[in-house]
Amino acid sequence: MATFFFLVAAILTVWGLYIGFFVAPTDFQQGESYRIIFIHVPAAWMSMLIYLVMSFWAAIGLIMNTRLSSMMAHALAPTGALMTFVALWTGAFWGRPTWGAWWVWDARLTSELILLFLYIGYMALRASIEDPRRGDRASAILALVGVVNVPIIYFSVQWWNTLHQGASVSLTKSPTMATSMLTGMLVMALAFWMYSIAVSLMRVRRIIRDREGNATWLSESSGVQ
Amino acid sequence: MQWESISDFFAMGGYGLYVWGSYSVTALCVVIELVDLRKNR
Repeated sequence: MATFFFLVAAILTVWGLYIGFFVAPTDFQQGESYRIIFIHVPAAWMSMLIYLVMSFWAAIGLIMNTRLSSMMAHALAPTGALMTFVALWTGAFWGRPTWGAWWVWDARLTSELILLFLYIGYMALRASIEDPRRGDRASAILALVGVVNVPIIYFSVQWWNTLHQGASVSLTKSPTMATSMLTGMLVMALAFWMYSIAVSLMRVRRIIRDREGNATWLSESSGVQ
Repeated sequence: MQWESISDFFAMGGYGLYVWGSYSVTALCVVIELVDLRKNR
C-alpha cells in the first residue's frame, strides 16, 4: 500500500517540478526566487493538515481508548515536524532575498515555529513515558491543547499586520497568480500529501510491529512482518 | 521555457543560492526520513 502512494508521489513530484521550473514564467516582481513556493506552500499546508489529522487520531485514541488510533497519531508526528521544518527553512531562503531578512518575529512565522515545537514536544513526551498507553494519553492531551495553534497560523495574516503576505489561494476567492504557477503548486501539494501518507503508513507498520510484536493476530497476518 | 542554457538554469536569475538552498535541504530531509524508516525496518 505504501509503495503505491510512493509511486504516485514520485510521479506527481516530477510533474510538479517540471511545471515549476520549465512551464511557469518568471515572476515580474520576485524574479526566479519565487520558485521556492513550489515546495514552501505545499510543506506549510501539510504541516497544518498533518497536525489536524494527528490530533484527530490522538483524540479518538483518548476517547475510544483504541490503541491503533494512538499509534497512527504517533506515526504522523515526525513527518509533520519535517514538513514544518521545510516550510520554515524554505521560508527563510525566500525571505532573505525578498524581505532582506532570514527571519522576522512576524505572527505567521512565529506561530509556525510554535507548531514545530509542538511536534517536537509531542514526540519527546511520547518517548519519555515508558508505559505506551500512558504515553499515548499524555501526548494526546498535548496534541489537543496545541491544536488551537493551527487556526492561529492560518488566520494570522488576516488577524495581524504581518510581513508575511496574505493567501494567494483560498477557498472563497479566485487565486491571484498565473495559472501555471498555481497548477505547479497544487500538483506539488498533492505530491507532498501522497508522500506523507506513504511514510506514515510505513511508520505505523513499524510501530505496530514494535508494540504488538507478541500478539497472535500479528503473526497470523501476512501484511505486517 | 525560460532558460537559455544549463548554467542559466542553475543561476536562477541570481537567486541560485536561495532556490537550490531550499530544494536541496528539502530533498535531504526526505532522504533522511526514508533512510531512517528503512534502517528501523
